[in-house]
Amino acid sequence: MSSPTRWEIFWRTVMGRAYPRVVGMQRERSWLFFETLLPLLQVSAFVFVYRAIQAPPEFTGFVVLGGAMTAYWLNVLWSMAAQFYWEKETGNLELYIIAPTSLMAILLGMAIGGIVFSTVRALAVMTLGLLIFRVEVSIVSIPQLLGVFLLTLVALYGLGMLFSSLFLLYGRQASHLSNLLQEPVFLVSGFYFPVRALGSVVALGASVIPITLGLDAMRQLLFPTMMAQFHFLDVRIELGVLAVLSIGFLWLARRALSYMEDLSRREGRLTLRGQ
Amino acid sequence: MTRQRAVESIRSLRMAAWLGWQIESNWAAPFLFAIYSIAKPVAGALILVLMYTVIAQGGLQNPLFPQIFVGNAFYIYVAMMLIGVSEAVIEDREHYGMLKYMYVAPLNIHAYLLGRGMAQAIVATMAVLITLFFGIIVLGIPMPPASIDWGMLFAAWLFGLVGVAFQGIFLGGICLITARHNYFIGEAVAGAIYLLCGAVFPIDVLPKPLQLVGQALPLTYWLEALRRALLGTGAGELLSPLSDRVLLLILAGSMVLLAVLSVAFYRWAENLAREKGLIDMQTMY
Repeated sequence: MSSPTRWEIFWRTVMGRAYPRVVGMQRERSWLFFETLLPLLQVSAFVFVYRAIQAPPEFTGFVVLGGAMTAYWLNVLWSMAAQFYWEKETGNLELYIIAPTSLMAILLGMAIGGIVFSTVRALAVMTLGLLIFRVEVSIVSIPQLLGVFLLTLVALYGLGMLFSSLFLLYGRQASHLSNLLQEPVFLVSGFYFPVRALGSVVALGASVIPITLGLDAMRQLLFPTMMAQFHFLDVRIELGVLAVLSIGFLWLARRALSYMEDLSRREGRLTLRGQ
Repeated sequence: MTRQRAVESIRSLRMAAWLGWQIESNWAAPFLFAIYSIAKPVAGALILVLMYTVIAQGGLQNPLFPQIFVGNAFYIYVAMMLIGVSEAVIEDREHYGMLKYMYVAPLNIHAYLLGRGMAQAIVATMAVLITLFFGIIVLGIPMPPASIDWGMLFAAWLFGLVGVAFQGIFLGGICLITARHNYFIGEAVAGAIYLLCGAVFPIDVLPKPLQLVGQALPLTYWLEALRRALLGTGAGELLSPLSDRVLLLILAGSMVLLAVLSVAFYRWAENLAREKGLIDMQTMY
């Protein structure tokens, strides 16, 4: 019997790690209520803030889109980056390390499972939000919209893989870091308002988080009239930057995982629990 | 026997609060903990500030802004305590693998969970104070100490916090019988109530059916009482006919009701978890 090639092992690992996430979701569906209806209510709160201050109706669309995208950011922080901390605590990490595969493949599997989970939440928030609040969208270009969305996800999950390398070395400290990256990122990335409101310098700095440019571009492609006065950069530039971030984060993640794994081995932290 | 149980409950509460505080603070570097405590609430407040400055006529001078700012600031308690108590069940069960040992130890599990909530309340108090000072100093929200009704503020604050802690126990019961993917249940429920209790707008602007749901939530009255105590007026017209005394009575009554319902629900969930062998469940996907 011939041995599987490196690529075969890579893809088997990806599917193997994605499988429990997707199947786990089917086995117990209580999350459907907590991860779809309740986040929609949270998004609605920001919609009603805008209504209370008589904002133009497009701002409802901005909030609904931002609220839908929170699903991916939370998934990247807690189910990608912090996942290695959980794996370390529950004793799985050493099994991953001794398996004849790469950590990148494991992380990619996690990402695919996570994207399925988050997409259900994002779609529910987006669809119900648009229907309930009767948001009118006028799509400028479907290929560009799909391109922006997919590149945002690739760059975002690449960033998640990069963060996860930190958890090979650190424990609770990095967990606190994930916590810290929630609300402040909701603020600087403009989840609930156009990022340009923060000023060009802050918006430029926040562009290192892929969702900042992704949201700005998607808003431009869905609400072109209102975004004419609020857009940050041209969509084509944002597409280009997202492509660079995607490649950059994936390359950096690969290097960082390798470096952190080596460092953790030397310092004996790979199997260190309660750290 | 009753005295022994009371002693056991107090000890469980105290130790859980200490443990929760250690998890929140001592296990992080002091610098990181300080940044984390300040940046998170201030960022939450700034989201609202930005929404106002971008859109609202009159910007931060809009009379609605102080009401919204205070509601948002005190809501930090709700989010942190609901998350803290519900996550404690999942973390103790799956992350630290300690929940089964809790059940074989001589402790009162309800008091233990309340203690974990108490630790979150301490961290939340710092965040609320930082947010309020940020509002007063940086954003110029008028809150002169002489005009604050301190008695009402303290009574409302206490009744509300105890009520929130018991809501956390209710969510803890749900976590006990569901998989790890409900890790964010506290955040999701806090987010949903954020809409319904009018934390960041008067519930008058909600559609009628949602107004009725909002009026059934104790947190709506909690935030109204806190706004009246701090700013002298409440938000919107719907709750304005209620006197301060009636507000406090509603809060006290709802606190007792929440305690009874939450403990009863947790016991039911606990029995179900024992029957199905879920106390030490591991769902590591």
